[in-house]
Amino acid sequence: MTLTPRRHLTVACILTAFCLGSTPAPALARTGVVVGSKAFPESWVLAEALARVLRSEGVPRVEHRNNLGGTEIVYQALRAGDVDAYPEYTGTIAQVILHRSVSTSLSGMRRVLSREGIGVSDPLGFNDSYALAVTKNVRERYRLESISDLARHPELKLGLTHEFLGRPDGWPGLVRHYGLSMPHVLGIQHELAYTALERGRIDVTDIYTTDAEIERLRLHVLRDDRGFFPRYDAVWLYRLDLGRREPRAVRAMHRLTGRIDEAAMIRANARVVLGHRSYGEAADSLLAETLPSGQERTPAATNTLWGGILRNTGRHLSLVLISLLLAVLAGIPLGVLAARSPWLGSAILSVTGLLQTIPSLALLAALIPLFGIGAVPALIALFLYSLLPIVRNTYVGLTTLPGPLAEAADAIGLSPRAQLLRVRLPMASPAIMAGIKTSAVINVGTATLAALIGAGGLGEPILSGIQLRQGSLILQGAVPAALLALLVQRAFDLVDRVAIPRGLRLPPSPR
Amino acid sequence: MGARLPAAAGIDLQDVQKIYDGVKALDIALLRVEPRSTLALIGPSGCGKSTLLRLVVGLLTPERGSIRIAGTPMRPETRLELQRRMGYVIQEGGLFPHLTAAENVALVARDLGWPDARIGARIQELLELTQIPRELLDRFPAQISGGQRQRVALMRALMLDPEVLLLDEPLSSLDPMIRSDLQRDLKQVFGRLRKTVLFVTHDMAEAAFISGEIAIMNRGTILQRGSFQELVRNPATPFVTEFIRAQRLLDAPNLTPT
Repeated sequence: MTLTPRRHLTVACILTAFCLGSTPAPALARTGVVVGSKAFPESWVLAEALARVLRSEGVPRVEHRNNLGGTEIVYQALRAGDVDAYPEYTGTIAQVILHRSVSTSLSGMRRVLSREGIGVSDPLGFNDSYALAVTKNVRERYRLESISDLARHPELKLGLTHEFLGRPDGWPGLVRHYGLSMPHVLGIQHELAYTALERGRIDVTDIYTTDAEIERLRLHVLRDDRGFFPRYDAVWLYRLDLGRREPRAVRAMHRLTGRIDEAAMIRANARVVLGHRSYGEAADSLLAETLPSGQERTPAATNTLWGGILRNTGRHLSLVLISLLLAVLAGIPLGVLAARSPWLGSAILSVTGLLQTIPSLALLAALIPLFGIGAVPALIALFLYSLLPIVRNTYVGLTTLPGPLAEAADAIGLSPRAQLLRVRLPMASPAIMAGIKTSAVINVGTATLAALIGAGGLGEPILSGIQLRQGSLILQGAVPAALLALLVQRAFDLVDRVAIPRGLRLPPSPR
Repeated sequence: MGARLPAAAGIDLQDVQKIYDGVKALDIALLRVEPRSTLALIGPSGCGKSTLLRLVVGLLTPERGSIRIAGTPMRPETRLELQRRMGYVIQEGGLFPHLTAAENVALVARDLGWPDARIGARIQELLELTQIPRELLDRFPAQISGGQRQRVALMRALMLDPEVLLLDEPLSSLDPMIRSDLQRDLKQVFGRLRKTVLFVTHDMAEAAFISGEIAIMNRGTILQRGSFQELVRNPATPFVTEFIRAQRLLDAPNLTPT
């Protein structure tokens, strides 16, 4: 009994190590430049613009990794060395990264961040601040002009982004500053908030002052009459070692500072969000407006629709299957171990259960300092989320062997090893297979989150589709994901025929 | 088979107590089963007869006392070796549903690394002994009848040619016709093999038919041990009389077993 699970665990460890080792690990001895961006169009356009300037200056191997989740994820990726530069906002640097007061000066930020090996460029030229906005209707019905006016209408429904609700320079600070008391506040995703606002489901939402929707939906931006919101000047955050490795990259960043005003940025955002142009095209237009030479145009890599779907599906499937394989290799031995003693069992089941409760974004953010961004942390997160059903079903299958059979297995002179391998595990195989199937199907869904840390997959079109509020783009990810879930389920039904002994698939015994 | 009798092993229990939730489930001062003899253990439900068998096969550990098989004490370190010198059959056979009849029979032998030829030869011997048709061997337990399952279970118990056979109500869940066939065949097998047999039943007619010697149990102790006639003529306690009367065997002297 003691040999087998340990040997399986060893195999799992070696395989994990092998996978980690063989996946391109960007942090070590990397050449070239990686520009990162967060999961919203303005960030994509700015990062893409920088990437295109770098390429036009002949910097080799320039890569733009977009959609890297929120501030936590992309900043951790910068610190870990997976990303060399990305666009950030001064208010966010002060509040979210440094946990300082928003009045921290640019030179103050530079001083603190240089200790982490991170540099801050001069402002790009525009201020993308938070603000509160209402529709024309709401403005007229409630006579709302400024944020102070909200105090008169506690019945208003507010739909605010989760980040805004959590930031001290967001809702909590605003409430204190203005002495507001609004009972109807919901957390909502930024792009969905515009839809909700348009349909009248909410009355007020937080916006960014460069959002393209302000114009399209003819929103009224409430005046910050008591001067609460700080400035969110766009800047580049970059690794200081970039100056040594690729000085051209730092020069290129400086060329882009002080040149992009709010109007230019709103136009660029509108091209992507409203004009349904690619962010590459929007970046080109932005560069054409701001860098008069116009030499930065490089042909955008074009993707056919089906080619993209196929690539994302293949990537998705490999994320699901590799993480599932690792979870099977680790989960079954863990289940066996858990079934051996009550305290070990409760310890293993509590820990795997606990893993399930970690929010996926938090888990991804925690993995980045250790494993960087890309496929490796995505696989680890998916592996951890896949464990519980497999471990628990293995445990249940092994511990619910019918009494007489458990007695027979223990009394007829079978070695503990043979009891496990020839009786208990085969008898538990239907439960174990059910656990693996559950993990596989859940995994297909969870793997869409991998796109948040640059691991690709079907989450990429879904994420972009949500950002751009393009249903067709969302469907390009959601439909293949649903089909994949069905396919995986069917495939494992076939695996059952091999993995579950025929004797256990027979109809009940004749009496 | 008669030509090469296996080594004989006796079973000895001394001062054995098993306690469940503070209540003595079993309290045996002394019990010896001689090598090559058959003893039927009988008594009402909960009298401790199955507990006694589980202690002998090492499924339970006594709170005190010693259990020896062929002079070797049952301990964690001797348990596996002793189990391989005993065959064990339970009420529903305990056949594993994921294995065919043949795989069930050969399970422990394979674990011990017997070559296929040896396994095949031994199965052939046992097919004749237990009167199982060969084609049944490839079926799963769910595909054969209850009586045949018990024959396969007996085959599995005999596979390693053990010195001791332990049977815990092996026929109790069968219907009467099949049961009487199996009683006859079991008795014949015991007579041919001359192994040490402990046979647990709650049916006095079955006990008397199968075994020359019967131990009647109640509340964890052995009240009396002897032949059926001795128990009838010379009951040690009123309970013995009551138990035999309840089974309606006193009024039917023609049934008196040999």
